[in-house]
Amino acid sequence: MTTEATPTEKYLEVQASDEFAGLRRKLRNFVFPMTVAFFLWYALYVLLSAYARGFMSVKLIGNINVALLLGLLQFVSTFVIAWYYSRFAAKEIDPIADKIRDELTAGAAARGAAARTDDATETGPEVAK
Amino acid sequence: MEPHLYLAADANGASSRSLTITLFLIFVAITLGITIWASQQTKTATDYYAGGRSFSGFQNGMAIGGDYMSAASFLGIAGLIALYGYDGFLYSIGFLVAWLVALLLVAEFLRNSGRYTMADVLAFRMRQRPVRTAASVSTIVVSIFYLIAQMVGAGALVSLLLGIKPGATFLGMDADTAKIATIILVGALMIVYVVVGGMKGTTYVQIVKAFMLMTGALVMTLLVLAHYKFNLSSLLGDAAEQSGKGAAFLEPGLRYGVETAGDAAKTFYSKMDLLSLGIALVLGTAGLPHILTRFYTVPTSKIARKSVLWAIGIIGTFYLFTLALGFGAAALVGGKAITAQDKAGNTAAPQLAQALGIDYLGGDTGGAVLLAIIAAVAFATILAVVAGLTLASSSSLAHDFYASVVKRGQASERDEVRVARIAAFVIGAIAIILSIFAQSLNVAFLVALAFAVAASGNLPAIIYSLFWKRFNTSGALWAIYGGLISAVFLVFFSPVVSGSATAMFPDSDWHWFPLNNPGIISIPVGFLCGWIGTLISKESDADKYAELEVRSLTGFGAH
Repeated sequence: MTTEATPTEKYLEVQASDEFAGLRRKLRNFVFPMTVAFFLWYALYVLLSAYARGFMSVKLIGNINVALLLGLLQFVSTFVIAWYYSRFAAKEIDPIADKIRDELTAGAAARGAAARTDDATETGPEVAK
Repeated sequence: MEPHLYLAADANGASSRSLTITLFLIFVAITLGITIWASQQTKTATDYYAGGRSFSGFQNGMAIGGDYMSAASFLGIAGLIALYGYDGFLYSIGFLVAWLVALLLVAEFLRNSGRYTMADVLAFRMRQRPVRTAASVSTIVVSIFYLIAQMVGAGALVSLLLGIKPGATFLGMDADTAKIATIILVGALMIVYVVVGGMKGTTYVQIVKAFMLMTGALVMTLLVLAHYKFNLSSLLGDAAEQSGKGAAFLEPGLRYGVETAGDAAKTFYSKMDLLSLGIALVLGTAGLPHILTRFYTVPTSKIARKSVLWAIGIIGTFYLFTLALGFGAAALVGGKAITAQDKAGNTAAPQLAQALGIDYLGGDTGGAVLLAIIAAVAFATILAVVAGLTLASSSSLAHDFYASVVKRGQASERDEVRVARIAAFVIGAIAIILSIFAQSLNVAFLVALAFAVAASGNLPAIIYSLFWKRFNTSGALWAIYGGLISAVFLVFFSPVVSGSATAMFPDSDWHWFPLNNPGIISIPVGFLCGWIGTLISKESDADKYAELEVRSLTGFGAH
C-alpha cells in the first residue's frame, strides 16, 4: 500500500498546509451548515405535525392540504440538496482533493523506489491499486 | 423444505397461491444461480466482504435501495398509510431525509478511510481491541433487531398471503407450524446467499430485488393513478371517504401525537413519542451497519457519492409510490377489508394488487396474477434484506472481533473469511431461533427500534471519529456503550415491552418510561457520553488523526 511508504510527518505536513486547510474549510463550510439547515427544516415539519394541526389541515387545492404539501416539499428539498451537494463537490472539492492525493501518491512511490534501491532486503511497498 | 412439496399442493390450492409460490421459486432459483456464480468470483477477503469493490454507482445505488426498502417500507408503510392516512407518510419522509446525513457526513469519508466494516473507521486512531469489540457488539445488536423484524414479518405474511387461516392447514401444517416453517426456510436461504455468495452475491440479489420492487410498485401506482384519471385530489378524497375517518385521514394525528381530550400528560407523551420517532428515523440510517458496508463495494469515494445519489433517487421515488399505494388501498380496498385481513395493515399492498388486477387485468384471474406477483416481490424483499443484515453482522464478527480482538491482527485472510462464513451461519441460526420466539412482536416497532439503537450507539461515534480531533478510545467506548445501553434499557422499561395491550408481555407491567421510541433521550445520551468519555481521558493521537483526516478527505491510500 502507498500508505506504508508515507511517514506520519508527511500527514502532519499535509494537514498543516494551506491547500489542505482550504479543502477542509470549503467542505466543512458546506456540509455543516447544510446539515443544520435540512435538520431544522425536517424538525420544523415534525413539530408542525405534532403541534400545528390546524395549520396543517388547511386545504389548498381540492383535498391537498398544507401537511401533504410540506411532506412533498421534504422530498423536493432532499433531492435538491443531494443534487446541489454533488455539483458543489465535483466543482469545489474533487479537484483539490485529487491534487493532494496525487502528490501524496507520487511522493509515496518515490520513497518506495528509493527504499528498494537503498535496501534490497527490505520488501518494497506495493504500488497503489 | 423441498420446493416440489409446495408445487404438489397446487391442485387443491388457490391459483394465486400456486402462482405466488412459483414466482417466488423462480426468484430463488435465479438468485441462487447468481450466488453460485458469484462464489466462483469470490477469491479474496475483499471479494467476500466488499464484492471486490467493483460495483458501479448505479449498481450500488440499486443495491442500497434493495438493502433499505425492507418489508417495513413496502408492506408496513403502505399499510400504515392505508389505515392511518397521513401519519404513515411521516415514516417515508424520515427514512428519506436520513439519506442526507449519510451523503453529507458519512459515505465518502467512510469509503476513503475504512476497509470492510464500520469499526475500521471507529478504531482508526484508537486502541483496536476495545473499540472493535464495542463496534462489533453494537453492529450485532442492531442487526439482530432488524433481522428479527424482517423474519417475523415473513412468517406473518406467509400465512396471510398463502391464505392459511388459524384452523386451516397447508401441506398438513397448521398456521403456526407454517409460520415457523417459513421463518426457517427464509433463514436457511439467507444463510446460503451470504455464506456462498458473500458481498458479491448479496449485492446482485439486492439489485434484482430492487428492480422487482420498483417495477411492481410502479405498475400498481400507475394503475391507481389511472383509476383516478391522474387527479391526486380525487384519490385523496376517495381514500378519506372509504377509510371511514373523513378529513382527519389526510391530516397528522390519527396514529402519532394523538390528542386525548382531558388527559394532558397522555397527549404530551404521545407528541413526544412522535418527535422521538422522527429523530430516530432521520439519524438512524447513517448508523445502520448493513448500509455502511455498502459504501465499500465501489472503487472510490466519488462513486460512493454517486451511489448515494442514485439511492436517494430510487428510494425517494419508491416512497412516493407507497403514498399512492397506501391511499389507493384505502380508497379501493377500504379500511374495513384491510383490517379484516390483518389488523396492522401489512397486507394492504397485496390486497390492493388483487383489487387492481380484478379491475384492469381481466377479472379474477388478473387479480390472482397481480396478487401473486406482488406477494412474490414481498418475499424477495424480505429475503434480500435479511441477507444484507447477516452479511454485515458476520463481517463485523470475523473482521473486528475474531481477526483484531481474538487473533490480535494475526489472522490470515483465508482464515478470516472462513470465520466470517461460520459467523454468518451462527448469526443466521440465532436469528431463526429468536424469530420463532418473537412472532408476537410488532414488525414496525422492531425496525424503528433498530433505527433508534443505530442512531444512539453508532452515529455519535462515527461523527466524532471523523470530525473531532480530540476524540479518543475512552470517548468511543462511552459513545457506543452509552448510546446502545440507554436505548435498549429505555425500551425494556417502555410500554412496548410491558404494561400495554400490544406489549411483548401484555400481562405484566414494569414499565415506567412513557415513550415507545427511546430516540429523543438515547441519541443525545450517546452524543453526551461520547463527549464526557473523551474529556475524562488524556489520550489523544494527533498523528493518527492527521492520517485519518488527510486520508478521509483526499482518498489517499484508500483500500
